[in-house]
Amino acid sequence: MNKLNTYKEGPDESGHFGIFGGRYVAETLMPVILEVDKAYGDAKLNEGFNIELDKYLKHYVGRPSPLYFAERLTKKLGGAKIYFKREDLNHTGAHKVNNCMGQILLARHMGKKRIIAETGAGMHGVATATVCALFDLPCTIYMGATDIKRQSANVTRMRMLGAEIVPVTSGTGTLKDAMNDALRDWVANVGNTYYLIGTVAGPHPYPSMVRDFQAIIGKEAKRQILELEGRLPDSLVACIGGGSNAMGLFYPFLDDPVKITAVEASGKGVETGKHAASITAGRPGVLHGNRTFLLQDDDGQIIDAHSISAGLDYPGIGPEHSWLHDVGRVEYVAINDDEAVNAFHECSRLEGIIPALEPAHAVAHIIKVAGKLPKDHLMILNMCGRGDKDMDTVSAYLAYTNNE
Amino acid sequence: MSDKGTERIKNCFMNLKRAEKTGLITFVTAGDPTLEISADILSQLPQAGADIIEIGMPFSDPMADGPAIQASSLRALKNGTNCSKILKMVEKFREQDDVTPIILMGYFNPIYIYGVEKFVVDASMSGVDGFIIVDLPPEETEVRIPVEDAGLSLIYLTSPTTHNQRVPDVVKNASGFIYHVSVLGITGTTVPSNKNIEKDLNRIRSYTDLPIAVGFGIKTPEQAREISAYADAVVVGSAFVNKISECLDIDGKIIDDCVVSVVDLVKDIKRGLNN
Repeated sequence: MNKLNTYKEGPDESGHFGIFGGRYVAETLMPVILEVDKAYGDAKLNEGFNIELDKYLKHYVGRPSPLYFAERLTKKLGGAKIYFKREDLNHTGAHKVNNCMGQILLARHMGKKRIIAETGAGMHGVATATVCALFDLPCTIYMGATDIKRQSANVTRMRMLGAEIVPVTSGTGTLKDAMNDALRDWVANVGNTYYLIGTVAGPHPYPSMVRDFQAIIGKEAKRQILELEGRLPDSLVACIGGGSNAMGLFYPFLDDPVKITAVEASGKGVETGKHAASITAGRPGVLHGNRTFLLQDDDGQIIDAHSISAGLDYPGIGPEHSWLHDVGRVEYVAINDDEAVNAFHECSRLEGIIPALEPAHAVAHIIKVAGKLPKDHLMILNMCGRGDKDMDTVSAYLAYTNNE
Repeated sequence: MSDKGTERIKNCFMNLKRAEKTGLITFVTAGDPTLEISADILSQLPQAGADIIEIGMPFSDPMADGPAIQASSLRALKNGTNCSKILKMVEKFREQDDVTPIILMGYFNPIYIYGVEKFVVDASMSGVDGFIIVDLPPEETEVRIPVEDAGLSLIYLTSPTTHNQRVPDVVKNASGFIYHVSVLGITGTTVPSNKNIEKDLNRIRSYTDLPIAVGFGIKTPEQAREISAYADAVVVGSAFVNKISECLDIDGKIIDDCVVSVVDLVKDIKRGLNN
């Protein structure tokens, strides 16, 4: 494969990363999507916008987040020196708020009076409800009925923040179906409503816009590792559902000599068909406004994903990830439910950090590989969210496996 | 040689114009409630009054559709409906009817997975005349060339949000007719306002000579008649799909003759249009 001079040029003007990305939406939405594209293009270059965003990220979100040396985990695994980028310490408990802050400021600049969003694990919903409370904008969150049940703590949080939660019962009642219904809402209310998409997917410009707002993770991590170690890391690891935390960490390092690994959720195992590993087991198709790797059958019908982690339970992945996979820049691996829950415990007990089930997948991957690496190998893992929301899920999982 | 593709559609609108009538375009999902019954409905639509037949190609994630067509799509998929079976159904229909235009309406992914060029060629061989691909705006061009090469029509949608600067870009590559989405929203939910439709159609007509069909939210003979004052054709879909679901029990078992109830509603709406 030809090595590219840069991996950071995409997307092109029409939103394509190679064959991936694009704008596959109904005509009713096209004008507003072009409007978002233009508004974001202007905002990106607007000094006032960037100063305002920086101010809120510092004083409200609590950035920069620490880059923490996970000493006991490193010792236990006996190999690579492991750092956690502590996105779990952000206000609202995950990386999601970085993007929400950027997009809410954009929506205000566009004069939109109502915000809608989809959510899986509820972290994006909580972050959206939070910024809507902050800026006094009405907020409607679409959430799959299955996810409402397994992430009830986040549902309560969103309600406390004043958001309206709409349970989605179509399909399997998970993230994909929530996104369908959010798009349906947008079509009906396109005049006054801004759709605040939570991941690096959807029609252009969302994949690159969300990436840009999340890239602060990687920019900070780069500065911090240079301060702490005097050199770049050897590898990066992040979990991936839609892929926003991963893109955020990876993007500033794409042109550096750094090995990059993204960890998909293989649920009960790729061979069982109950998984969410779009790149490992899917193929290119078109859904939710972009072309990307999807879990689908031979007729092009989307297959429901499965993962113990609601945040990874999506049958697709951001289009830039599909491209980075295609050109061979990023390695995509998969971790199953059992491995993730095991890593969840390891991390909690060794480091006193209860990770969300999503980054527990990334921890599980480093548990597999770190021991085989030399002690001077520097590895950064994106600890993209905290596990408070997952207490019920993990308890239920343990009760189930203990009874088996 | 018999007409096909753009010719069938052209002739259809020419005949309507000559008779000073507004056309009726009927939508039903292929394979709902079964492939056999859908073929039966299809075969009776022209005589009941359908001038153009739209066949819905079911997709697992129909983002522009309301609850009625969502449920209908899921029923059809459960029956194993796919692109090949739909094309076979059209082929069978063409044995008895070589005049009524057939438009396939659906989402892009099943076509993409079938293979765009192969699908267009196979569809053309089966007797399909055109396509409406809901999530394929004119900016995404990959289907247009194969469809033109096959001599078929790619029908583009306009909506109340398609502003004047944008209309020329949408209509410039359109063929057959323009499908105007009358409301902001998904299929079968909101009732359109005649005043807005009139305004939008006048606007769009200043950029194109193609006939304009109006759809989304038209359910009754009265509505169809009102809209016929402005439109060259009206599209009715969810109302027929609802008739089918009324013939099923809660488990999806067929408990009534849905062919008759769909055909009766087609006749009613046609009468409304002709009054």
